[in-house]
Amino acid sequence: MKDTLGVERPIIALENVEKYYGEYYALRGISAEIRQGEFFSLLGPSGCGKTTLLRTIAGFEELSGGRLTIDGKDMKRVPANVRPTNMVFQSYAIFPHLTVAENVGFGLRREPLSRDEKARKVAEALEMVGLRGYGARAAHALSGGQRQRVALARALILEPKVLLLDEPLSALDKKMREQMQTELRRLQRQVGITFILVTHDQEEALIMSDRIAVMFEGQIAQLDTPQQLYRRPNTRQVGEFIGVMNFLPATATVSDETHIEVEAAGLGRAVIAPDQLPGGWHPGQTQSVGIRPETMSILFPGETTDRRVAIGTVEDLSYYGDMTYYVVRLDGVDRPMTISMKNLVGRPVLDRGTEARVAWDARSLVLFA
Amino acid sequence: MIASETGSGAIPMIKLKINIKIKAWPRLGRSEAAQGYFLVAPPFLYALLLLAAPLAAIVLFSFWTQDYLTLDTTLTLKNYREALSDPLYGELLLRSLVISLAVTAATVLTAFPIAYFISFSVPPSRKSMWIFLITIPFWSSYLMRVFLWKVILGYNGVLNTTLTGLGIIDEPLSFILYNANAVVITLAHAYAPFAILPIYVALEKIDRSLLEASRDLGESRVMTFLRVTLPLAMPGVVAAVLIVFIPTIGDYVTPRLVGGPNGLMIANMIQTQFLKLNNAPMGAALAVLAMAMVTAVSLVFLFLNRRYLKGQK
Ligand SMILES: Nc1ncnc2c1ncn2[C@@H]1O[C@H](COP(=O)(O)OP(=O)(O)O)[C@@H](O)[C@H]1O
Ligand SMILES: [Mg+2]
Repeated sequence: MKDTLGVERPIIALENVEKYYGEYYALRGISAEIRQGEFFSLLGPSGCGKTTLLRTIAGFEELSGGRLTIDGKDMKRVPANVRPTNMVFQSYAIFPHLTVAENVGFGLRREPLSRDEKARKVAEALEMVGLRGYGARAAHALSGGQRQRVALARALILEPKVLLLDEPLSALDKKMREQMQTELRRLQRQVGITFILVTHDQEEALIMSDRIAVMFEGQIAQLDTPQQLYRRPNTRQVGEFIGVMNFLPATATVSDETHIEVEAAGLGRAVIAPDQLPGGWHPGQTQSVGIRPETMSILFPGETTDRRVAIGTVEDLSYYGDMTYYVVRLDGVDRPMTISMKNLVGRPVLDRGTEARVAWDARSLVLFA
Repeated sequence: MIASETGSGAIPMIKLKINIKIKAWPRLGRSEAAQGYFLVAPPFLYALLLLAAPLAAIVLFSFWTQDYLTLDTTLTLKNYREALSDPLYGELLLRSLVISLAVTAATVLTAFPIAYFISFSVPPSRKSMWIFLITIPFWSSYLMRVFLWKVILGYNGVLNTTLTGLGIIDEPLSFILYNANAVVITLAHAYAPFAILPIYVALEKIDRSLLEASRDLGESRVMTFLRVTLPLAMPGVVAAVLIVFIPTIGDYVTPRLVGGPNGLMIANMIQTQFLKLNNAPMGAALAVLAMAMVTAVSLVFLFLNRRYLKGQK
């Protein structure tokens, strides 16, 4: 998908896309480029406009403003049925009056294929989603997981340029959901089609995606790889939404463009590397720092370390078998923080009320404006 | 306090009776099935008395014969033989069937767009109001509405005066009153809400994401209608067809009032046999034949649509 200059062309380009329902702004200027063949996720809390954005791409909603191009073509006034996208609906939208095979082959009607070729394609598609031999079943007699596979096969059989999935796993139970996560990922690699997944489950987004757009209130807060999002969230909101993050009040003490020192409550002074700075940061701006629970550790009595050490008290703990989550209040800080520890052999689980020596690194601090 | 002391002798007895009743109840209603039977028993008895009994009487009558003033109660097929051999009865039966089919077609074909409009174009908050509005004309008596159609369709009626007044036609149309056409128009109007409602309900039940899925899979609006909307609305259409078809074949008021001599139907003949010719057995035989015809046509129709009526979610 390279253009004449040899530059990678995005399969979908959103330029300042807006959508409003009357007075209500569901999408407030979305700009993003989605690359050919990537697994892209739209992640955000319920009501932030993920479905609206997906439906806009599919062609079920008109844009109120901005531009949407798919594979280089402007999608203005292009109806859903001629767009090179297919959708897996949240409700799966399996036709109840048709069999599984008729559902999967629904979109093949206009293809110039013989009856036998169509039947073969349907069988292949069913095989691909692990429903071999289910063709003759009535669609309304399927389980949730099976319906979803039918919906997938039905969309993929048309070999769309982009497959849109609206919370496809949210209706499944935990086990089934985990299984489908790996399977969806495998399927995406196998067919090489761009997937856009809508989800409100941050873990799901992290596991499955090449890149994630985190959305709040109709805007993209951050678009990044899962690792980058987790390690370097741009805003407190993003840091809070993805995983667990502790926040401490902080002030920048010495700061120029290359050399920044912050004083974080409870932890102390730390030198910050320039790549740890949030985008658009300028000196004197820092008001809080974030730190992930697993980047810190509580030293057991007598243990020594060359990392930085802060002192606090264990206020509470939750024992999960493989992990223990401690609620620790650092000396001189109001709000307690969470620290997660792997339960390694020989490491004691600390009691409530004991003093905790917390080891941490300046590298794991995240600065927020 | 006072009451319980003074009445201490009588109250335990009443309590005892109540207890017995309470104990008897669960035994009767132990299974849900028993409870169900108990609930349907009164309407079932009612239906048995008012439907099955007269029906049985009609069937029995049809095997008897009338000999002037005396009723011959020996069982015979004479009435049926006569009904099937006399071309007059055959013609009436056939005409009734044709008129009923025409009424059904006209009613359902006009009801569908109306139901579709209410279900798909009317905002959800206004839907019940629209349904309500549709039923308003049917608050007046059926007879009144038939007479109204006479006023509209008559030689000097509203339609003809308007059309002549506008110069669209030179002389009044005569093919719209006192014939089969008038019967079809009047009955189609009379049964419209009964056809609109089941179709509307079927359309309302369609998950709108199915229509989007069809569009998403490449089908145009028209093809989506044909491949998704219509098949899913079929249970409602089938119900509408039966609701209109079954009673129209037995209608005798409308053909009597607006049908003229060539618009009469089998029910008019049945009425004549019973009330004018004093030949109840012959009337009964014709009624049984008409019923058999309705049943046969309905069953064939159901059979043709069986794939739409299978249990969908
Ligand atoms: N057809 C509509 N009319 C009015 N408001 C709508 C419509 N569709 C969505 N919205 C509003 O737009 C916002 C975003 O909705 P949606 O995209 O479904 O959120 P998400 O999928 O992220 O949960 C919600 O507040 C919702 O109420
Ligand atoms: Mg949604």
